[in-house]
Amino acid sequence: MSLDMMTTIVRMPKLGESVVEGKIGRWLKQAGDAVREFEPLLEVETDKVTTEVTATTTGTLLQLLHPEGAIVAVDTPIALIGPSGVEQSPAPAGAIARTIEVDQARSPLAARATGQSWVSPVVGRMAAEHGIDLSNVAGTGEGGRVTKKDILAFLETRAVTAPAPTDALAAWEQPGTGELFRPSEEQPGTPVSAPPASNLTAGETIPLTAMRRAIAEHMVRSVSASPHVTTVFDVDLSRVVAHRQANKAAYARDGVNLTYTPYFVAAIAAGLKRHTAVNSSWANNAVRLHKPVNIGVAVSLGEDGLIVPVIRDADALNLLGLARAVNDLAERARRRQLKPDETQGGTFTLTNHGTSGSLFATPIINQPQCAILAAGKIEKRVLVVTHDGVDSIAIRTMCFMGLTFDHRMLDGAGADAFMSTVKAALEDWA
Amino acid sequence: MADKTLIEGIREALDEEMARDPRVFVVGTDIGPRGGVFLATQGLFAKYGPKRILDAPLAESSIIGIGIGAAMNGLRPVCEIQFADFIHPAYNQIANEAARMYYRTGGQYPVPMVIRAPYGGGVGGGLYHSQSIEATFAHVPGIKVVVPSTPADAKGLLKSAIRDGNPVLYLEPKKGYRMIKGEIPPGDYTVPIGVARISRAGADLSIFAYGMMHHFALQAATEAAAVGIDAEVVDLRSLSPLDTEAVLASVRKTGKALIVYEDNKFVGYGAELAALIAEEAFESLDAPILRVAGPDAPAAPYSHPLQEYFMVNSKTILAGIRKLAAY
Repeated sequence: MSLDMMTTIVRMPKLGESVVEGKIGRWLKQAGDAVREFEPLLEVETDKVTTEVTATTTGTLLQLLHPEGAIVAVDTPIALIGPSGVEQSPAPAGAIARTIEVDQARSPLAARATGQSWVSPVVGRMAAEHGIDLSNVAGTGEGGRVTKKDILAFLETRAVTAPAPTDALAAWEQPGTGELFRPSEEQPGTPVSAPPASNLTAGETIPLTAMRRAIAEHMVRSVSASPHVTTVFDVDLSRVVAHRQANKAAYARDGVNLTYTPYFVAAIAAGLKRHTAVNSSWANNAVRLHKPVNIGVAVSLGEDGLIVPVIRDADALNLLGLARAVNDLAERARRRQLKPDETQGGTFTLTNHGTSGSLFATPIINQPQCAILAAGKIEKRVLVVTHDGVDSIAIRTMCFMGLTFDHRMLDGAGADAFMSTVKAALEDWA
Repeated sequence: MADKTLIEGIREALDEEMARDPRVFVVGTDIGPRGGVFLATQGLFAKYGPKRILDAPLAESSIIGIGIGAAMNGLRPVCEIQFADFIHPAYNQIANEAARMYYRTGGQYPVPMVIRAPYGGGVGGGLYHSQSIEATFAHVPGIKVVVPSTPADAKGLLKSAIRDGNPVLYLEPKKGYRMIKGEIPPGDYTVPIGVARISRAGADLSIFAYGMMHHFALQAATEAAAVGIDAEVVDLRSLSPLDTEAVLASVRKTGKALIVYEDNKFVGYGAELAALIAEEAFESLDAPILRVAGPDAPAAPYSHPLQEYFMVNSKTILAGIRKLAAY
C-alpha cells in the first residue's frame, strides 16, 4: 500500500503520562469501512485501562496495521485512513456476481503465503506436545511447509533412533539452578528471572496480559527496591459500625453505598496530615514529602488482576464525598472505564484484603510510595475492656490493620505513631 | 441381489409404510393416477385409492397446510412438493406453523409429517427446477432435514421420517433418481436420522457431502486414490440434526476438511460445517477448511454447456482434493 498524501496515519496514542505502549484490544472497524472523524476505531488496553481510540479524520479505513492482541509502542502507526469514496461499488443486480475463476483466486489456499514459517494449528500443537523443534523437520507441504504427516514421520523416526524415553531430558541438557551455575558477573539483588517452565510437563502456557505483566514487573521491582517492614494494630470499629448503621439509609437516599472504605480513607487522611513523613516517596536518594494527600484504593478485577484508582486530595473530602469517590472509582475500575491519569499520582495506598476473609496481611508497597495500609477482616471478637478501672469482657467489632512501610524512609516509631492516629480516628469516630 | 434405483427405494418405502400404517397418506400435485412427475407414487393410486393418494391443487401452501392439520389430528401425512424450488410459498406454513407447533402448544400438538422435495440441478431444469434449499430449512429449529444419497438410505431414511414424531423435510437428489443404483436390503428396516455414514475410510483428508454431491465426492475420491491421495468420504445423510461427533472425529483423524455442496457457496450449509470444525477441531487442523460449492449466481443456467460449467461435479471436487492434499 503506497502512502500518498491523501492517506492519514492513525498512531497509538499516549494514554497517560507514564504509558509507553498499548495493546490492540478489539478492532471496532474493519478495512474498507467508512469512518467519521471521532468515531471509535478500536479499543486499546494499557496496563491500567481500556480506552477507545477514535478516527482522526473522515474517510475510508484502508488498512489495520496490527492484529488484535498486538502490543504496540506509543506513536507507532496502527491504521491508515484514505479519502472517502474508495469503497467498493455494489455488484450489478442480476449479473453473475462471481465467476469460478474469481472463486479460485480468493480461495484460502491460493491466498495463503506458504513456507516453513507457516505452522498449522495441528502442527503447532503436536510440536509443543512432543517438544519438537520444527526447524529439524523436513517439510513436504506446499512451499516446504511442515505438515501433520511430516510430524508423524519425524516422531516415528525419533522413536526408532532415540532409545531413551523422550519425556525426560538428560541431566546435562537441563539448566543448572544451584550456586555453582550462577554466572559470576551477576550482582546480588539483581532480580533473577525464573527458569522457563519445561514444555514437556502437562499443562498450558498462558501469555501475560498487559495488566498481569505490569503487576509482575511492579511487584518484583518493589520487593527488590524497598526493605519492607510490617506493623500490625488491632482496631476497635464498634463506633464506625454504629455510625455506618445509623447513616447507611440516608446515604443510600443520596445514591451512595456507604462501605467501610471511606472511613478508612478518612482515618488515613487524618494520619497523613499529622505524620507528614508517611505521606512521602523515595526520590533518588532523597525523601520527597508530598503536600497533597492522594490515597489509592486497590480494586480487585478478579482473575485479571487489580488496579489502584486514586482519590485526590482525600483530606479535603468529608465522609459523603469520600464514599461517593470510592463508589465511582471502584465501579468504573471494574468496568475498565478509568481514565489513565486516575490511577496515577497516589501518595499512599489502602488495600482492603479483609473483604476476602483475610485476617491480616503484609502487602507489597506501591512504588515509589512510603507505605501501604492493609485492612483485615472486620469481625466480632471477645475483648478485655477496662472501664473506670474495672476489667470486663466485651464483644467488639474488631479489625487488624497492618502498615507495611519502606524502612529507608520511615522507622518503626514513626510508623506506629501514624497507626496510632489512624486507630484513634476510627475508635473515636463521631 | 439386483441393484435398484434411488427412486425405487422411495417408492418402496411409501408403499410399505402405507401398507403397515393406515394413518399414512400422500398429498401432492399430479401424484394420483399420473404417479407424480418423477413417478415416485407410480402404482400407489391403484393400490390405495384417492383417499390416501391425494391429488392437490397447484398451491404448495395448501399442501403443507393440509399436512399440518392432518398430523395434528393423528394422521401421518407425506406431502410432496413437486420441485423443491416451489417450496417457498409454503415457507410460512413450514417455518412458523409445522416447525414450531409442538413448542407453541406446550407439547400438546406434535406435527409428525414428512415433506418430500426433489432438489438440485444438472437436469436441464434452469431457474425453477434446479435449486438447493437445504440451508434455508436446516436453519429453522423444530424441523429435521435429511438427504439420502443411496437407494438403501432413501428407503430407510424415508421410513424413519414417516415414523418420526416431528416434521421432517426429506430432500431427494433428483439428478440421482435413476442414475444412482445400489442394493436395497430385504425386509422392513430403518436408517436412523442424525447419524452420518463414512462411505469411504481414508487418512489424508475428509470430504463432507450429501445427496448428489456425495455421489460425485465418492467418484472423485476413487480417482484421487489413483494418484496416491487417500481421502475419507463422509455422507452426512442428516443435515439437521447433524452428526457433529462423526464430523469432528473424521477431521481430528485427517487434519483436513473439504466441504462439498451444490448450493451457492455464500451462507450455504457448508458454512455451518466449516464454522463447527473451526470452533471444535481447530487444534487438529493442518490446512484451511476448503469449500467446493456452486457459484453465487441467481440461478442454474438453462443452457446445457453453461449448466455443466456451473454444477459442482467430480472433476471440480477432485481439483479441491488435490489442492488440499498438496497443502
